Amino acid sequence: MDKSSAVPVKSGIQHTRSAVRLPRRARRWHEYVLAMMFLAPSILLFGIFLFYPLIKSVYLSVHSTTPRGEVAKFIGLRNFEKLFDSGHFLNSLWVTFEFMLFTVPTSIVLALILAAICRTHLRGTKLFRFIFSLPLAISVSTGSVIWMVLFHPTLGTLNYLLQAAGLPAVQWLTDPNWALISISIMTVWMNLGFLFILLLGGMEGVPEDIYESAKMDGAGPMRTFVQLTLPLISPTIFFASVTSMIGAFQSFGQIHILTKGGPMNSTNVLVYNLYQDAFVNFRFGSGSAQALVLFVLILILTIIQFKFGEKKVHYQ
Amino acid sequence: MRPNILRTGLAYLILAAAAILILFPFWTALSNSLMTESESATYPPKFFPTSLNLDNFANVLTAIPIIRFIVNSFLTSGIITVGNLITASMAAYAFAFLRFPGRKLLFALFMATMMIPWEVTVIPNYLTVRSWGWLDSYAGLTVPFLATAFGTFLMRQFFLQLPKELMEAARIDGCGHIRIFASLALPLAMPGLATLGVYSFLNHWNMYLWPLLITNTENMRTVQIGISMLQFAEMTAWNLVMAGIVLVLLPSLLMLAIGLGRLVGGLTTGALKG
Repeated sequence: MDKSSAVPVKSGIQHTRSAVRLPRRARRWHEYVLAMMFLAPSILLFGIFLFYPLIKSVYLSVHSTTPRGEVAKFIGLRNFEKLFDSGHFLNSLWVTFEFMLFTVPTSIVLALILAAICRTHLRGTKLFRFIFSLPLAISVSTGSVIWMVLFHPTLGTLNYLLQAAGLPAVQWLTDPNWALISISIMTVWMNLGFLFILLLGGMEGVPEDIYESAKMDGAGPMRTFVQLTLPLISPTIFFASVTSMIGAFQSFGQIHILTKGGPMNSTNVLVYNLYQDAFVNFRFGSGSAQALVLFVLILILTIIQFKFGEKKVHYQ
Repeated sequence: MRPNILRTGLAYLILAAAAILILFPFWTALSNSLMTESESATYPPKFFPTSLNLDNFANVLTAIPIIRFIVNSFLTSGIITVGNLITASMAAYAFAFLRFPGRKLLFALFMATMMIPWEVTVIPNYLTVRSWGWLDSYAGLTVPFLATAFGTFLMRQFFLQLPKELMEAARIDGCGHIRIFASLALPLAMPGLATLGVYSFLNHWNMYLWPLLITNTENMRTVQIGISMLQFAEMTAWNLVMAGIVLVLLPSLLMLAIGLGRLVGGLTTGALKG
């Protein structure tokens, strides 16, 4: 390593240059210090706002707490027992599951159909691509407020259209049988942009010559889609499903704005229930227990994704 | 060629129907924002405003401090975005190019943090931030989000794609890591930084639960919280509410128009070709 012919030494380089010349062990040490320097901000922040809270959640969940958030006394697994004994929490688990069932398959199938059509070279697909990705710009609060107007029982457009078609009006947000469906409709609309973009990206990752050769072999668009596109982008579909499921588990804003968990707890999803318990009723212990249940559920989904998602990646 | 025409027709039919359904809520917001109060509160609901009534925008600006909300959101997401870019690219550089004991383990630990949903840590974080007196402050709104495992992962992928010869050449020329990082790796990974920037900005612009919890004064409210409170205060004045919504949507739509292409390619690369 003869560097005598190296570029003229500028003052700024001098320090690091000398480091390169250090003996091997010292250089390793130098690199270690450097690495820690590069990593320090992230490690510090993760420590304070992620790992510490995770441990603190476990600690809080086995204690009863005062409304100020201070620990009152150790109560073991009582918080968890109470959760699973009360129909309230089980209901909210069930509602979350139903919500997932209403939103995830619907939005993925819709996004798949739209992405499949937009991938082809029909004229005008550029415009449609832009339109279909528009919901990406919607945040949960702007989306919720717009749909609140659409859902309005007497002045809203949805009921007007229903009645114009000769159908009875629906109490979208106040009928326990409809509220979760209404929230789901709004959520599918809101998530469609992201899923469309994701799946379209996956489809465009498939090399064009594969489609070309399928066409040459005389395969129609339907067959190409089912036998070629779907298996080839299965990793993307899988990724989209798992992130959507996790997203469904984390839903909060639309429920907080549109229904407040009601009517009759029919939209009281997990995170909303947690919010109520911890930040409205100030039961931080019970809230933490719920947070841990949520953590385990999402962990299971993530592990499934890693286990099966990785294996299924087959581009060619 | 008959089935072909049928198929094309069907495809357009599906596209058009979907476009109408997706655009309709946007249209409701836009058309209502241009109506007078009596127009927007009539039944049957009007689909088109009778005139271009721009007063609503002026009125909503005086009715609620929406500019302040937008500034708060801009500052919050801006600070978080810059913070994410810095912490993520630094950590990613260490994982991609520096050799140190425990590197694999530490990287696995970083990746594991992606499995911890934010909602799980929200109670202890709220207690921490409150005990530091950070309620109603930009520090409280931003600091907990400055580090990002996803961003670190994304940037590492970009760094690893850089040509190895280039790095070696720089080393042989006597460049230290800090210099390589600042003047070689970062500029070359610009597409990655842009992807992460757009992603992070949009994500935090849309944050809801955290600002709801830690801001109480109107002065510190972000757009997302401000806009949802608007609807309770002015329940009947839909035209005003929608004017507010349109104002809030504008920056996001702009971001989308600028960053869409970036986001598409970048996210799928980062997410799937690990």
